[in-house]
Amino acid sequence: MNSVIIIIAGIFSLFLIGSVFVAWFTKDLLVAVLASGAISLIASALYLILQAPDVAITEASIGAGLTTGIFVYILKKTERFEK
Amino acid sequence: MIKNILRNILGVIIFIILGISLYFVVTKNTFGEDRMVVANHYVDDGIQETGAQNIVTTIVVLYRGFDTLGEVTVLFLAATALGAILFGFVDEKNKMRKKTRSSLIISTTSRYFFPLIILFGTYIFIHGHLTPGGGFPGGVIIATSFLLLFLAYPEMFVSEKKLSISEGTAGMFYVIIGLVGLYLFNNFLQNFLPKGSLGRIVSGGIIPIIYTFIGIKVGAEMAGILRNLKEDKNEA
Repeated sequence: MNSVIIIIAGIFSLFLIGSVFVAWFTKDLLVAVLASGAISLIASALYLILQAPDVAITEASIGAGLTTGIFVYILKKTERFEK
Repeated sequence: MIKNILRNILGVIIFIILGISLYFVVTKNTFGEDRMVVANHYVDDGIQETGAQNIVTTIVVLYRGFDTLGEVTVLFLAATALGAILFGFVDEKNKMRKKTRSSLIISTTSRYFFPLIILFGTYIFIHGHLTPGGGFPGGVIIATSFLLLFLAYPEMFVSEKKLSISEGTAGMFYVIIGLVGLYLFNNFLQNFLPKGSLGRIVSGGIIPIIYTFIGIKVGAEMAGILRNLKEDKNEA
C-alpha cells in the first residue's frame, strides 16, 4: 500500500470522525440522520480504497441510500428535535 | 448515592476490560495475514471449483448458501414485524398536514430516473458472479428507486399484494432450487448446473439464478417496508 492511498484514507477517516461527532452532539434529529448517512457514504469510499468493492457497494446502497430514507420516514412520525 | 458510585466503578471496570481485550485483538492478530485453511481454499480453488469470477459471490451463494437463505429469512421477518407494528397505526400529526406535491424538477427527474435505477439494480444482481455486487445491493437499489418515486409523488399508491406475491414467489424458487440440488446430488443448494466458461454471463451454475431471486425478493421486501412507512392506514 503506497503512501498516497494512506493519505487519502486518512483524510476520509478525519471526515468520518467529524460526521460521527456531528451525529452525536446535534439536537436536530434530521441533521443526525443525514450525518449518519454521510458516515456510511465515507465508509463506503474507504472500503473502495481498501479494495473491498463488494462491501463498498452494499454499504453505499443500504447504509447511505435506504437506511437514511427509512429514518427520515420514521422521523416524520415522531418529533424532529431531541428534548 | 452508593448505587451511583457502584455504577461508576462498574463502568470503569468494563472500560478497562474492553480496552485490554481490544489491545490484545489488535496486537496479537496482525492485519491482513491469512491463517485459516478454509479461507485459503476459497481463494485458491474457488474459481476453478465453481466457474464464477467473483470469489465473494462464490462464498455467499455456494459455500455459504444456507447462511444466505437464513439471512433472507431474517430480512423477511424484519419486514413482517415492521408491517405488524405499523398495522392500524393512525398518524394524527400527518392527518392534519396537507400532502405537499414535490417540485416540477423532482417529479420529472424521478419519472425519468425510475426505470434507469431499476435497470441498474437488475444489472448489479444479474452480474453478481462477474462484478462486485449481488442480490442484496441490487435489490436495495431497486427499492431506492421506489423511495425516489414515493418522495416525488406522495399520493401514489403501490399495491402491497403485488409486492408480497413477487417476494414470496422469489423466496419459494430459492428453496426449490436448493431442493433440486438435494434431489440430484444429495446436498441442499448443490450447484447442479454446468460451470460454463469463466467470465461469461451464463457461468457459475446456479449463482446468477439464485442472485436474481434474491434481488427480486430483497427489492420487493424493501419496497414493501417503504410503502408501509409511507401509508398512514393499512389498506389492502
